[in-house]
Amino acid sequence: MTVSMPSSVDETLRLLSDDPAATILAGGTDAMVEINYEHRRPASVVSLRRVNELATWSIDGGTVRLGATVPYVEIMNSELAAASPGLAQASRTVGSSQIRNTGTVGGNLATGSPAGDTIPVLAALDAIVEIASVRGIREVAVVDLIVGVKRTVLEPDELIVAIRFPVASGPQEFLKIGPRNAMVISVASCALVINQAERSVACALGSVSPAPLRCGDAEEFAAANIDWTSDGIRITDPRTLETFGSMVADAASPIDDHRSTAAYRKHGIAVMARRALTRATTS
Amino acid sequence: MTSTDTGHTYRLNVNGSDRVVDGSWLGESLLYVLRERLGLPGTKNACEQGECGACSVLIDGVLVCSCLELAAAAVGTDIVTVEGIGNAGPTDGNGLTDVQRAFVTEGAVQCGFCTPGLIVAVHDLLDDNPEPSRSETHEALAGHLCRCTGYGRIEAAVEHVIEIRRD
Repeated sequence: MTVSMPSSVDETLRLLSDDPAATILAGGTDAMVEINYEHRRPASVVSLRRVNELATWSIDGGTVRLGATVPYVEIMNSELAAASPGLAQASRTVGSSQIRNTGTVGGNLATGSPAGDTIPVLAALDAIVEIASVRGIREVAVVDLIVGVKRTVLEPDELIVAIRFPVASGPQEFLKIGPRNAMVISVASCALVINQAERSVACALGSVSPAPLRCGDAEEFAAANIDWTSDGIRITDPRTLETFGSMVADAASPIDDHRSTAAYRKHGIAVMARRALTRATTS
Repeated sequence: MTSTDTGHTYRLNVNGSDRVVDGSWLGESLLYVLRERLGLPGTKNACEQGECGACSVLIDGVLVCSCLELAAAAVGTDIVTVEGIGNAGPTDGNGLTDVQRAFVTEGAVQCGFCTPGLIVAVHDLLDDNPEPSRSETHEALAGHLCRCTGYGRIEAAVEHVIEIRRD
C-alpha cells in the first residue's frame, strides 16, 4: 500500500491519472470508516491534506466558490455563513465538532449518500461542481453529479475541486429529522432557498430518494403564492403553508429501511417543508 | 494490500516528540498507531467510526477523532493526545490540568473510558471559548458518548473549570 501527499491540484491530478484506482482521502470521515471496518482495502491513498488550494473559498460578485476540502466548521464560522445560511445550517447538523472540523463538502458530494446533509442545500442552490482531471475541467450541476445511492458521474481519475453557487438573496432554511441533535444520519431532510431578486423558490429533499430531489411543482406554487415586497416576503393565506408541505411530500419517494418508514418520512417532509416556508416568510 | 504489506516506517510528531512508527501497514488509523505502535493507550478505542469521541486528539490544534485519521497521512502535523494535554499549561502536584482535576473533584469519571476524549475536548472548548453557555457546551461535547454519568457530572466539571479560570 502507498500513501501520497501531493501539495497541489496539478500534482494530485497526475497521481490520479497514473493510478485511477487510488482512494482519495479528504476529511476521512467516510473513507476511514470503510478502511477501519475492512470494507475497503485500498492499494493506494491520495491524501488531500497538503493541497491548500482546495481548502480555500472566495466570494466574487454574487458567487461563492467553495474549495472542495473546506471543512464544515469553516462554513459555519466565517463570512460563508451569511453568504450561504442554508449551507451553514446544514453544516451545523453534521456529526459532531470532530466531524465538522474535518469533514468536507467535496467529500459529502463524492460519497453521494442520499443522507448527505449538504446535498439538498446545494441542489436547491443550483450549485455547480467543478471537476478536474489531467484532461481538463468540466462542470456538472449537483443534481446531475449524483445519479443513485452513493453513485456519481465522477470518473476514477477525476477530482472535485470546487463548488459554486449564488450568494444568498433571501431566506434559506435547512431542516433535518433524526433520533437526536447530533451524530445523526438523517431520516429525512429539507432545504428551502428563496431568491428575492428573482422571486423564485427552490426546495430540495434528502434521504427520501436515491439521488438529489427537487420539488418543481411545490416550488412554483410557493413562488406564485408569496407576497413579494421590497421589505420582505409574506404568505397572506395560511393554507398556502399546508398545501406547500403536502406538495413537497408528494415529490418525495422514500423507502422503508432500518432508520425509518416511508410513511414517517413523507409525514416528516410535509412538516419540515411547511415549517421551512413559515420561518422563511415570517422572519 | 496483502497481509505482508507491513514494515513501513514513517515519523510522527506526538506530544512534541519525534516518534518513529515502525513495521506498520499504511492503512492503520492514527488511533491504532498511537495505542499499538507508540505505546500511548490513553486515547481509547470504541467505535472506530467517529461516533463516540473516545479517541479524540488534537491535530495542528484541531479536535479530531483519531480513528478517522490515516496515521501515515498525519506525517508533518503536530499531534497532541491526552498524555500530552498538560504539556502546554500549568498542572498540579499530580501532573493534572485544571480540566483533569475538575473531572476528579466533580465526579465526572466513573468507568473512565470516555474520559480521555472528553478531557481533550474540554480543553479544546475552553481554550477557544472561556465562557461557553450550557447550550454551547452541549453542542461542543455532543460527539462524546458516556454511558455512566448521564453527563450531568461532566457538565458540572466544565462549569467548575469555567469558574476557576474566571478567578
